This record gives sequence, structure tokens and C-alpha cells, in this order.
Amino acid sequence: MPEVSGGGCRPSRMRRFLRPGHDPVRERLKRDLFQFNKTVEHGFPHQPSALGYSPSLRILAIGTRSGAIKLYGAPGVEFMGLHRENNTVTQIHLLPGQCQLVTLLDDNSLHLWSLKIKGGASELQEDESFTLRGPPGAAPSATQITVVLPHSSCELLYLGTESGNVFVVQLPAFRVLEDRTISSDAVLQRLPEEARHRRVFEMVEALQEHPRDPNQILIGYSRGLVVIWDLQGSRVLYHFLSSQQLENICWQRDGLLLVSCHSDGSYCQWLVSSDAQQPEPLRSLVPYGPFPCKAITKILWLTSRQGLPFIIFQGGMPRASYGDRHCISVVHDSQQTAFDFTSRVIDFTVLTEADPTAAFDDPYVLVVLAEEELVVIDLQTAGWPPVQLPYLASLHCSAITCSHHVSNIPLKLWERIIAAGSRQNSHFSTMEWPIDGGTSLTPAPPQRDLLLTGHEDGTVRFWDASGVCLRLLYKLSTVHVFLTDTDPNENLNTQGEDEWPPLRKVGSFDPYSDDPRLGIQKIFLCKYSGYLAVAGTAGQVLVLELNDEAAEQTVEQVEADLLQDQEGYRWKGHERLTARSGPVHFEPGFQPFVLVQCQPPAVVTSLALHSEWRLVAFGTSHGFGLFDHQQQRQVFVKCTLHPSDQLALEGPLSRVKSLKKSLRQSFRRMRRSRVSSRKRLPAGTPGEVQEGSAKAERPGLQNMELAPVQRKIEARSAEDSFTGFVRTLYFADTYLRDSSRHCPSLWAGTNGGTIYAFSLRVPPAERRMDEPVRAEQAKEIQLMHRAPVVGILVLDGHSVPLPEPLEVAHDLSKSPDMQGSHQLLVVSEEQFKVFTLPKVSAKLKLKLTALEGSRVRRVSVAHFGSRRAEDGEHHLAVLTNLGDIQVVSLPHLKPQVRYSCIRREDVSGIASCVFTKYGQGFYLISPSEFERFSLSTKWLVEPRCLVDSAETKNRCPGNRAGPKKAPSRARISGTQSDGEEKLPGLGMERALLSDERVLKEIQSTLEGDRGSCGNWCSPRAAVECSLSNGGAE
Amino acid sequence: MNRSHRHAAGSGCLGTMEVKSKFGAEFRRFSLERSKPGKFEEFYGLLQHVHKIPNVDVLVGYADIHGDLLPINNDDNYHKAVSTANPLLRIFIQKKEEADYSAFGTDTLIKKKNVLSNVLRPDNHRKKPHIVISMPQDFRPVSSIIDVDILPETHRRVRLYKYGTEKPLGFYIRDGSSVRVTPHGLEKVPGIFISRLVPGGLAQSTGLLAVNDEVLEVNGIEVSGKSLDQVTDMMIANSRNLIITVRPANQRNNVVRNSRTSGSSGQSTDNSLLGYPQQIERSFEPEDEDSEEDDIIIEDNGVPQQIPKAVANTESLESLTQIELSLESGQNGFIPSNEVSIASIASSTNTEFETHAPDQKLLEEDGTIITL
Repeated sequence: MPEVSGGGCRPSRMRRFLRPGHDPVRERLKRDLFQFNKTVEHGFPHQPSALGYSPSLRILAIGTRSGAIKLYGAPGVEFMGLHRENNTVTQIHLLPGQCQLVTLLDDNSLHLWSLKIKGGASELQEDESFTLRGPPGAAPSATQITVVLPHSSCELLYLGTESGNVFVVQLPAFRVLEDRTISSDAVLQRLPEEARHRRVFEMVEALQEHPRDPNQILIGYSRGLVVIWDLQGSRVLYHFLSSQQLENICWQRDGLLLVSCHSDGSYCQWLVSSDAQQPEPLRSLVPYGPFPCKAITKILWLTSRQGLPFIIFQGGMPRASYGDRHCISVVHDSQQTAFDFTSRVIDFTVLTEADPTAAFDDPYVLVVLAEEELVVIDLQTAGWPPVQLPYLASLHCSAITCSHHVSNIPLKLWERIIAAGSRQNSHFSTMEWPIDGGTSLTPAPPQRDLLLTGHEDGTVRFWDASGVCLRLLYKLSTVHVFLTDTDPNENLNTQGEDEWPPLRKVGSFDPYSDDPRLGIQKIFLCKYSGYLAVAGTAGQVLVLELNDEAAEQTVEQVEADLLQDQEGYRWKGHERLTARSGPVHFEPGFQPFVLVQCQPPAVVTSLALHSEWRLVAFGTSHGFGLFDHQQQRQVFVKCTLHPSDQLALEGPLSRVKSLKKSLRQSFRRMRRSRVSSRKRLPAGTPGEVQEGSAKAERPGLQNMELAPVQRKIEARSAEDSFTGFVRTLYFADTYLRDSSRHCPSLWAGTNGGTIYAFSLRVPPAERRMDEPVRAEQAKEIQLMHRAPVVGILVLDGHSVPLPEPLEVAHDLSKSPDMQGSHQLLVVSEEQFKVFTLPKVSAKLKLKLTALEGSRVRRVSVAHFGSRRAEDGEHHLAVLTNLGDIQVVSLPHLKPQVRYSCIRREDVSGIASCVFTKYGQGFYLISPSEFERFSLSTKWLVEPRCLVDSAETKNRCPGNRAGPKKAPSRARISGTQSDGEEKLPGLGMERALLSDERVLKEIQSTLEGDRGSCGNWCSPRAAVECSLSNGGAE
Repeated sequence: MNRSHRHAAGSGCLGTMEVKSKFGAEFRRFSLERSKPGKFEEFYGLLQHVHKIPNVDVLVGYADIHGDLLPINNDDNYHKAVSTANPLLRIFIQKKEEADYSAFGTDTLIKKKNVLSNVLRPDNHRKKPHIVISMPQDFRPVSSIIDVDILPETHRRVRLYKYGTEKPLGFYIRDGSSVRVTPHGLEKVPGIFISRLVPGGLAQSTGLLAVNDEVLEVNGIEVSGKSLDQVTDMMIANSRNLIITVRPANQRNNVVRNSRTSGSSGQSTDNSLLGYPQQIERSFEPEDEDSEEDDIIIEDNGVPQQIPKAVANTESLESLTQIELSLESGQNGFIPSNEVSIASIASSTNTEFETHAPDQKLLEEDGTIITL
């Protein structure tokens, strides 16, 4: 609510705003129903910059350029921390055997983090931070840290610096042990004469502890000198001199062999033995020579039981021909593969035998952190297949263009989608997810939720959004329906046997779209029937059906001429896509059978599917149409274009609009930065420097005054551009014409505040194929404020939103009340209005923009349950252009709560937001990450997990199933609010719920035979399940 | 003459007031009871009687304290005329058919240049062709200054009636900075300003808004802390009945309250005390309930109709709105041209009146209504 401040005219406003909120009962109920939490981030961290792994904890850590660190273990085990400084995390080191990690930022500061157990669950927190400082007057490079070595004692950190000195600090307080500093001078003095003559030092590139002897460390300097330093005797045990710049070094497990890699793309093996005083490398090799190669920046030499070692190195590609590739090569025995990544490799690690006393490394998994994705490769299975990720999925493999959420998927559909997806995943390794540290305490999700993302390349990805891990289930591609420039048979992977280097593309990140027209703009899935409608950038609307078998079928093509008889318009935008004629082979999964192409081929702006009536409605900036996909016949089209609206005709709306928007954005950004830079100046300290900077600023300020940002104040008119743009489509079975007879109807809302209502006549099922579907315009409502209509909803006689199609048929919802009078809710960007039906008269309204200047961006009905009340309430979840999320009550349109969620400048975040039917939501915080939030006290999906350093260190994948420890709070069932005593019997219920098998049984029982549950499980569990399952009353 | 002068001089205490009425070349003098002047109809009849023109339709005007010729055509401006007359009320009568409407307004009787109005309205010099003025009920308000008695004198609350006109609102706003007085001294804060008026637009033609006026509120909601885009959206959302509170860049034309010329100031104070809640209610509620309800429904491709309201209890408010509008048009409805508007504000004419609506509600309108 707007601030209320003093002044003569306040009392009325006060009263207005206080009026609805002063009921203490309602206030308590509100607290019971609503609470706002950002719970978890799904997807791949934006701009990763560092990788760490703890073999003992089996936890992976990723640092980002914005100063975030994220820890991942077993699916569901996730932690996130954010450095106070927004600096790039350059290194992460998990302290061996500890629940602690040290991060190095690019401001040269070190931070100690730890996982502490609080209230039964682990939390990540920062304990200490530290910046290494040299003596006064020393160059900053003297203390610029290049390498960090956590000593196995866990008490010391060795810090290699640009100056060549190695400093020692004691943990956890970061106390500098000055007497233990290994200065380059000291090393020089202890070198034999013949090794001193060259300038061998410069910065420290590598620091390694002897694998067996904690008293020896290896120091590698960038000029090529490597020494093994005796920590106790402060002497050089061995030294090695390479002729090339040193990049990195690796110590074989037994400590007898060193492998160094160099900037010329070579690596050298060195024997660690005392006999030779000036040892030559045992072997020196340029793996991708003989032509000049790029540097090998990191190398690992890993022994295996089978005998021959694994040599894994980053880079080293021939400079001229493959210098632009991001490669990691694995060499073992006679096999060699250069894994080729589509984005820059940040770092990699190899999972090996964790027990330090074991004789061999036995590497089994290669983990590569690339700029845009994480790739995990199974090194135990022949062919080194990739491992499917249970989390950290790259959502932006192709840019996300839209998303659609479907709650509470029936088990049958779920299994069919998984089955279709598993066929697509056959190239993945069967290995269980190897990074499995920690224990997730989150109970198994009470229902199955799907998040569908549409992508620029014409694909739709189906994600399991039920729990903490967003997992890819199935990928649908619409590309095969169309003829595109690129030949789909062209495969980059098909290369001859003798190809050198042996490149192999891995990963899924592929931001390049063949044809932007393929982009998916709208998705609508009916979870009961398995029908899916997908619409795209070039006016294409596809209706698909789930088929468990592969099929060869022809896609019916229909053109919908939305301009109808309007004359004299010329479409200047893209052409429509050309569909393949003849039968097309489709893999098992969703297979298209109808293609409607809008003419002009403008981007589809709204889509609705009614699976019971077998109808699909679609809208663009020119009009909307209704298609009968049962008879494959167009029912009608309606042009919504205003005759004077030339802009809408000329081309893709997105371009015009986005340019305008981006210009506005950039102007605003400029202004903001100016304002903030002015603010940063310390006030009242006159001096020459200050004056200088003030002078420098003045021209900027003057420019600002010359060209102020102006906004025109004008009422909307019918002549405005894009008023015909169809924003929302809605099917309802309601009283459209008279109060005695209800009938199917289609509602459409436009950008110009017009609502069209068509009454439909759908033949009964037995004559469905014989008689045509008829439509007749019954009503047209023009909102006088002319704001874009973003939502239309019909409330039944009990003021409950009408159920989804087939929801009642599947017994998952009460039948709507058809006795009382129905009401029509229209949500425009500016206000909410309730009208009576069938006679349209205004009943209620809530103004949003007029009062607070925010506009509705997203609106969705959500069901809010509380722990106290059995059945909960339906309300509207609303996202505004300011990034606020509000709940508006139904049917009285009273604002309930309001939370600020997204920064108002984050236009793409706001545009990407999608609500679930149970008061949760997702929005993009970066191109590759969804933030998940919850407005509900009852539905809360967030990680809650335990990581214990005392846990068994050996690999034993079997022991992580089943609940190990009783969680103190069950988030899903809503014992969230503080001060609430725990309900008796919760432990039992949770044990039942968290056992996936039992849960499946419960649900299949519910779905199969809803009457007979509860005789074998505890009554409380039955109640819980029925709530979660049929919550939509 | 002497006798009448004496009489007039004494009228203040005796409660009678001298009236000097001019029709053509003829003068009539008579006196009125200042405390109970009666109704306009009676006064009109009286004038017809004294001038012996019983069946001639006439326009009645009077010279106000500043020498402006202002119309008398209803009870309100008649009472105003009576209450402000000092010492005598000078009445000018014209035959309706040969009436010179341009005679009314500022500077009409005193021929000296009004500097302020010239500055504000440069087109004052160009005499526009005179428009025939109809009766008050034929008028529709286009803009008004409201809530004069509850706002600081440095602020002005302007209401723009967009509905019914084809004229665009016609102004632009911008970001800027403004200086506020805070407990910690002066402070520079961001503010929203009017940056441009479109010639011929509603905003410009009212003369009530000017470039660099700072926007303080939009329909009663403070804009401080809101972004330019937010304020833009609020204004557009309210565009059909926009009430903007501004701090005019030019502070010389402010309404001065409780000035000696405001003869009804005492009454005004009483009113505002009495009717305070209703008054506030009225200032902001109608905007909620009136013009925007007229969404249009077309049933079965029929004729567009306004969507009625379903709830009964809002009807009273609607009728209330009707009354309010007719009152507004009644008030000063005789002012013929836009030249009047600014000058009448500039000359601190703060007209206040009260009336009782047919139904229970106490209604009130403050400030000057400018009609085009």
C-alpha cells in the first residue's frame, strides 16, 4: 500500500485502506494462508568462475562471478552462500575431511565458510575473512595470491603469490605465520649453484602436498622451476627445471612421479629420485603436436588398477586449426578423446578413490565445469558416456522463450512422459549419480509437478518441478514438422576413426537457433488427456498427442486467415514456416497431428486448449481463431484489428516493442548510474580532487537537463496501436446468454480492453464427428479504461473458479455450482472487475494502477491451503510490473498480502514469472536459473539437508535411500510457523510420505479407487494425501 | 443623492444595501435587506419591475470588488454579489438578444492592463470571436481547482475532466529534483514535474497547469517515492477523471485564503469544519464511481450499451455525482471565456457555497470552476 503520510487529505485514504484489513480473524487467517519465501534456485549458476570438490564429503562447490558459492551433493542436498563483496570467486578449496571451505575472491580476499548443523539441518555460513597484506610499501603483487594449498592437517593454508613467495596462514583465524614463509630468496639460496644462474622464479603456479608425506610440498614457479620443499628442514629436497613456462603440475599418487604441463602444449614426466642433481624429464610430449599448440593449463595423472594411467588435461589443442575449441582430453591405454565443449571450460576435477591409503587413484568420473553447463563423464564405462545430471541443468541450452506449469500430474501421464524421455536418454551412462554427499531431509514431494519451458530453437522441455531438483524428463522438438535450412542429418559427431584430434562434442548447451521463427511462445498441456498445444513465433499452432509408440504420420495443415476481408494491409514481418509435406517420423512422446498457421504469421500471443471439447483457440496481434482438432476444421476466426492500426500489420511486434523498451531501459539505466555516482561522492569535503570530479560530472548533468526523460500523459484511445493484440483466451461452460441455460463459451481479451465472448455449440460425444462445432458472438465488452486484458475467469455459483476441463470427469474436482449465478472476473493491467452473468453488470472492482501506479503483469488463480482449515481458499496471485507479488481475494477482490519479489528493473525476470496452482512460482534470475518462490504456508519446496564430516567416507551408494534422520520440521505439511507445537504422529506420517514407494502406492490407490484408501495406512496420512492430491476441490 | 449616500453608508450596520441598476441608459436605485436577499428569481423579477420591462429576457451582471463584470444568474452568484457588495451593488442589465457576452469577465470594467493575466495568457491580446453563452445547465465542467480550503496555499489541486471531450489531456511529465523543508533542514529530493504542455490540449487550455509545476499527488495518492513510469501509469489509469495536486512553479497566482475580499470566508470555515468528512469523501470518491463505470457491452451484435451496476448501494453515489456536476456547472457558469479563469484565481476569488442535495448527503464544492 502506498505510504500514508500526514496532511489534510489523509483521513479518507487511511480509512479506505484500513477498512478491509481490520478484521483480526481475517488477519490471523491470512497469516495461516500466506507467507512469502524464495526457496530454491533451479538450474545452472550464471557465470560460474570456480569449481571445488571434496572427495570425503562428496560435495561439489561452484563459485560465480557475482560472489555466490553453491554446494551440491546428493539430489536435494544444496547450499548457497553469498559473499558480502560482489566479487568473482576465483578459487574454492574444500578442506580435506572437514565441513569447511576456503574461497579466494578476485579482490585477493580469503573467506572461510563452514557447514554448521542447526536445528537438525546443515547451514552454510561464512566464518572468517582475510586479506593477505605485505609489509608497508611492498608492491601489491607481493601478496597477490595465485595458488592456495590447504594442508592435510587442516590447520594451515599455503598461499602462493605473484612475487614467488609462499605465505603460511593458520586456520580458522587466518593468522599469518611469518616465520614459516617460504620466500623465493630462501628457495634460491638452497638451490644448487648450477640451478641458480637463471631467472627461475616469478609467480607461484602450483603448490602441492606430497601425497604420502605431509612434510613435503611442491612449489612450481611460472618460469619452469619446480622444487620439492621440506617443511621441517626448510630445504630443497629436489628441483626440476623445465625449459617451458610452467602451467600446472600433478603428483602421482605414490609421490614418485611428477607431471608438469606447459604453455607450449607439452607435458613432462619427472622421476622424483635423489640420484640425479640436474634431472632431465623422463619423457616430454606435445600430445597434439607437431604444429604449435595452445597451453595445457591443467593436467591430472591418475593411476588405475588396470595398470595404465589416465592422463586428463585441459587445452593443448593445435593453435591454428583448433585453437578456438574448449577441450579436455582423456588418454588411457590406447583410447584418447578430446571432449569438446560449446563454452569455455572453467575448471575440471576427477572423482577418484577417496581413501588416501589406497594404492591406486582409480578415477571413475570426470566433472567439467564449463561456462554454461556442468558435464559429468563416466570413465568406468567403455566409450566414456556422459552422466545425466539430477540438478544443475542448463535451462538455457537454447534461450527460454516461455514457460508453463502444470500441477499435480496424474501418475499415468507422468510415467508415460518419463518413459518417452528415457528413450531419449539412452546415450547417458547408467551410472548412479556419483556426487552424493549429504542427506536430504526434505520429505518426498507430495505431488508431481511439471514445468514446461519453450525454447528459441523450437523445443519444449519437460522438467520435474516437484522437488528441490529440477530434472529434465523429456524434450520435445517441433522442428521436424517444418522444413528448415539446416539438414537435420548433419551431425557434428560423426567423424572418421582416424580423425585427429579425436574431438567429441559433449554437453547440451547450444545457443544457436537455426531459425528464430521456430521459437516457442505459448504452451498449454492438458494433464488428463495428454493433449498438448504449442504455439510459436511465426504464427504456428501445433496440437500434439502423447503416443507411446513411434509413428510415421502426416501433420494436417490449416491456414487461419486472421485478417479475413480486411483489405490493403501488407505484412512486412517474417514469412510463415514451410511445413513438411507427407508423413514424418516421430519418436515416442508427444506427436503433432494438426498444424494451424496464422496469416499473417505474427507471433502467437495467447493460446487455450479445451481437451474435453477438442478445441484449441489461438490469438495474435491481429485476431483470434478457434480450431476443432477432432474434426480438423476451423470453427471461426475473428479479426480484432483496429482499421487504423498500421503498426500491428507491419511486422513482428516483438521487435518494435522490444526496441522501444530497450531504449527506454538504457536511458533509465544511464540516468540511474548518474544519480548513483553522484550519491557516492562524499559530501562536504572540499578539495581539489573533489572539485575536479565535480567538474567532470557537470557535462553529464547538463546533458541530463537538456534531454530529460519525458512521459506523455494521455488517455488510451481506440486508435492506439496494438489494441487488437489478443492477450488472453479462456474456455468456460457458463451462462452466457440466459440464466436458464449454460453453454460452452470462448472468451478473448485484447490489449485495447475489449472482451469478446462467443457461445459455442459442441455436438455431444456420439455425434462429435458428424456435426460441426458452431460459434456465435454473444457479447462484446469494452472496458472504458482500455487497459490490456490479461486475465478472464468465470466464478461459479459459490464464487469458486470453474474447474479445468476434464477435472471433474477425472473426479479431481467438485462439479461447479450451476445453480447460483455465475460471475465474470476480468483482470486488466490496471484493475480487477467482477461482472454478473449472463446480464453483464458491474459488481465489484479493485483498482491497482490508479492507486499505486503498478500494473498487472501476471495473474493466476491459486489454491491456498492452511493447516487449520480443511479446504483452503482460491485467490488470485498477481505479479506487477514493479516486481511485487500480491494476493487478491476471490470473489471480493480485497488485497490480502503483498511482497516484493523481483527487482523492478529486472524486466526479463518479471516477464518470465509463472505461477503454480498452489501458490508457488518460478522466475528467471539469469538466463539459466529459475528462482522458486512460495506464497503459501502449505506448499514449500526448499532444500533441507544434512552434511556431516563424520559420515562414512567410503563410497556406498546403497545407504542413501530412506529417511535416516527424523527432520524437526516438515515443510510441506506446514508446521512452519514458529510457536506451533508439533502434531503427534507427524513422524509416522513423514516416514510414510518420504518413502517414495509407499507414496506411489497411496497415490495409485487414490487414483485407481478413491474410496478404498486409508484402511491400511494411518488416517492422518490418508488425509494428507487426499489434500495434496485433490486439493483443487 | 446625498440622502442615498448617507443611507448607503449606514447600510453596513443597518443591514440594508443600496442597489444601483443600469439598463440601457436608465438607472434605478433601490435597497435590499443584506441579511435576507431572497432568491435570484425574486431579484430578477424585482429588476424587471423597477425597469418596467416585465416580459423582456435579460442578462444580469454586477461589478465586483475588482471592477470585473460578473454574471448573476443563480442564487449562488446572486448571494455572492450581495455579500461582497461594498458599499453598493452595481447591477448591469442587457437584453438577452443583444447581449454582448464579451463584456463579462476580468478587466471589463476597469480598463487597466492586468499584468499577471497577460504574462500567463499571452493570447489575451488576441481577441477571440465571442461565443454565445448558454444557460448554466448547458455547461460541462472541463477542469476545476478543488479543495482550496484544505490545501496549503502553495499547492493547487486541479481536476481535469477528460470524458466527453475529444481534446487530448496533452501534457508530459519528467523526473527532476525539488527542495523540501525537513526537520534537518533543506533537502534535495527527487520529484516529478510537468515538462511540456501540448498546444490545444486540455491541460494547456485550462491554464491551471504549467511547465515545471511539481506534481505532488495524483488522485489523492502522493507521488513521492514513485518512479516516473509509475506516476505515468497512475495518471493514465486516472485519465478519465484526473486530479493532480501541483506546486505551481509560478507561486504568484496562488489562492490567498481568508483575504478581506472573500466575504464568505467565515462561512467557508464553518462549512469546512461541518462537512469535513463528506468533503474529503467527495473529492476522491466520485472519481471511483462515476465516469469509469461506463464500460460498454454489446449483446449479440446489438447496440452498445453502458454496463449497469449490479450493486444497489452505489446508486446513491451516482446520483450524488450527478448533482455535483450540475452544481459545478452552475457555479460561475456564466463566465464566458478562458480569459476569466486565471484572473479570477489571481484575484483571490475564493467562492464557497453550500447546498443540500435532495437526498441525505451534504454536498459542497469549493474553489472556482472554470468552464470553457
